[in-house]
Amino acid sequence: MGSVLQLFSEYNIPGAFWVNIQLTLWSALFSLILGVILVVMRISPISSMRVFGRTYVEFFQNMPLTIIMVFMVLGVFAQLKLSFSTVFSVNFFWLAVVGLSLYTAAFVCESLRSGINTVPLGQAEAARALGLSFIQSASEIILPQAFRGSVAPLGNTFIALLKNSTVAAAASVATESSSLMSEMIEYHANSIVAIFLIFALGYVILVLPIGALTTFLSNKLAVRR
Amino acid sequence: MELSHVEKHFGSLHVLKDINLRVNMGEVLVVVGPSGSGKSTMCRTINRLESIDSGVIRIDGEPLPQEGRDLANLRAEVGMVFQSFNLFANKTILENMTLAPIKVRHMDKKDAEDLAMDLLARVGVESQASKMPSQLSGGQQQRVAIARALAMKPKIMLFDEPTSALDPEMVNEVLDVMIQLAQEGMTMICVTHEMGFARRAANRIVFMADGRILEEDTPDGFFDHAKTKRAQDFLSKILTH
Ligand SMILES: Nc1ncnc2c1ncn2[C@@H]1O[C@H](COP(=O)(O)OP(=O)(O)OP(=O)(O)O)[C@@H](O)[C@H]1O
Ligand SMILES: [Mg+2]
Repeated sequence: MGSVLQLFSEYNIPGAFWVNIQLTLWSALFSLILGVILVVMRISPISSMRVFGRTYVEFFQNMPLTIIMVFMVLGVFAQLKLSFSTVFSVNFFWLAVVGLSLYTAAFVCESLRSGINTVPLGQAEAARALGLSFIQSASEIILPQAFRGSVAPLGNTFIALLKNSTVAAAASVATESSSLMSEMIEYHANSIVAIFLIFALGYVILVLPIGALTTFLSNKLAVRR
Repeated sequence: MELSHVEKHFGSLHVLKDINLRVNMGEVLVVVGPSGSGKSTMCRTINRLESIDSGVIRIDGEPLPQEGRDLANLRAEVGMVFQSFNLFANKTILENMTLAPIKVRHMDKKDAEDLAMDLLARVGVESQASKMPSQLSGGQQQRVAIARALAMKPKIMLFDEPTSALDPEMVNEVLDVMIQLAQEGMTMICVTHEMGFARRAANRIVFMADGRILEEDTPDGFFDHAKTKRAQDFLSKILTH
């Protein structure tokens, strides 16, 4: 027990988790925006849009996240010289957010699409029959109903995002939790089990409320027909 | 409104075969025929929810536009009522009524709401305006769906089996609204198996089978002296059960 307290005083463990939380929140926001755009493309009446949407999703769903993260650093930053900040840690943080967002957007898109599949076809037909445009019926009728049906898969996507935020280590975000864990294990090899349990428990504590919120929202928002 | 030489396939299935039909202003047309004969498909081609392979459909002498804004405007002129009501499940009754008038007709909110309340009163559901569709009975939902279509001030109204998803005790409340509409001079095309309604409200009956229009006659002429064997068979089936 004493060794655990000593670990907490020696390392800023909550601070490391906070980095993952920030990575997750920013990526959730951007991937949600991009995911909505992608899913609108996927159901659009314009076939080139549909092809683009499908290709994007296929590409990012089949690409290991680590490769995307490494590409963000070595390709986007080192080769293409795109950078967000002259401060290295800030720059790597945002590169990781971009990588996570691009990747997660594909899964957000598919979660939303499974929600759209729960919306009866008649809803879109009635909207069209009244003269609403595709964008109007998507934004007023289809997506609002789809969100309610997508809460559960979106929750799972964001839980996966939180866990995936540890892969930011591959984009040189050295302050996040898995990097800190490796560092701690290196210097305290005798406390390896305690260190492991601290981080495992940390993630359980972070994931549980997302799961609870998901259940709560999907009951509360259920569309009555 | 006029369809001439309209043809439509679903893959290899030939669903509309050389359809020729004229509907004059103020006329009420009832379309009957066995299941799968293409009645719904014909209705849906009129506001281009389905495209056609060949032929022409004209409304007010103008051929149907292909795509985009013109098509949306055309759809706004043609009201459609579906078998399954299709009220927007995420909107209140009042919002269902005002959405298209505001977004498509660019009415201001106050005017759209006044119009909506007028129409809801006409179909007898004004007290439900703030509820969600799922809180209404089927008959009430269908009356709202009719009012929602009327809010666009359509030139013509299409009804695709508007009462066949309803419990029997709710059928009449919907038919009454339709009869009232017919008496007010609305141009209507109704696919329905309600023969009482057809006799009372229709100017003309169109009988379809296998994607063709086989007969066109007045209600009395059709019900009492059907000319083709198909129509006689069809009538004997629906009139005996
Ligand atoms: N989207 C579609 N794709 C393929 N085939 C279709 C489609 N819609 C309808 N059909 C077929 O076209 C034919 C005509 O269908 P339609 O719905 O117009 O008939 P209907 O006369 O309205 O029948 P019902 O009385 O059962 O409503 C049927 O054989 C049907 O299976
Ligand atoms: Mg039908």
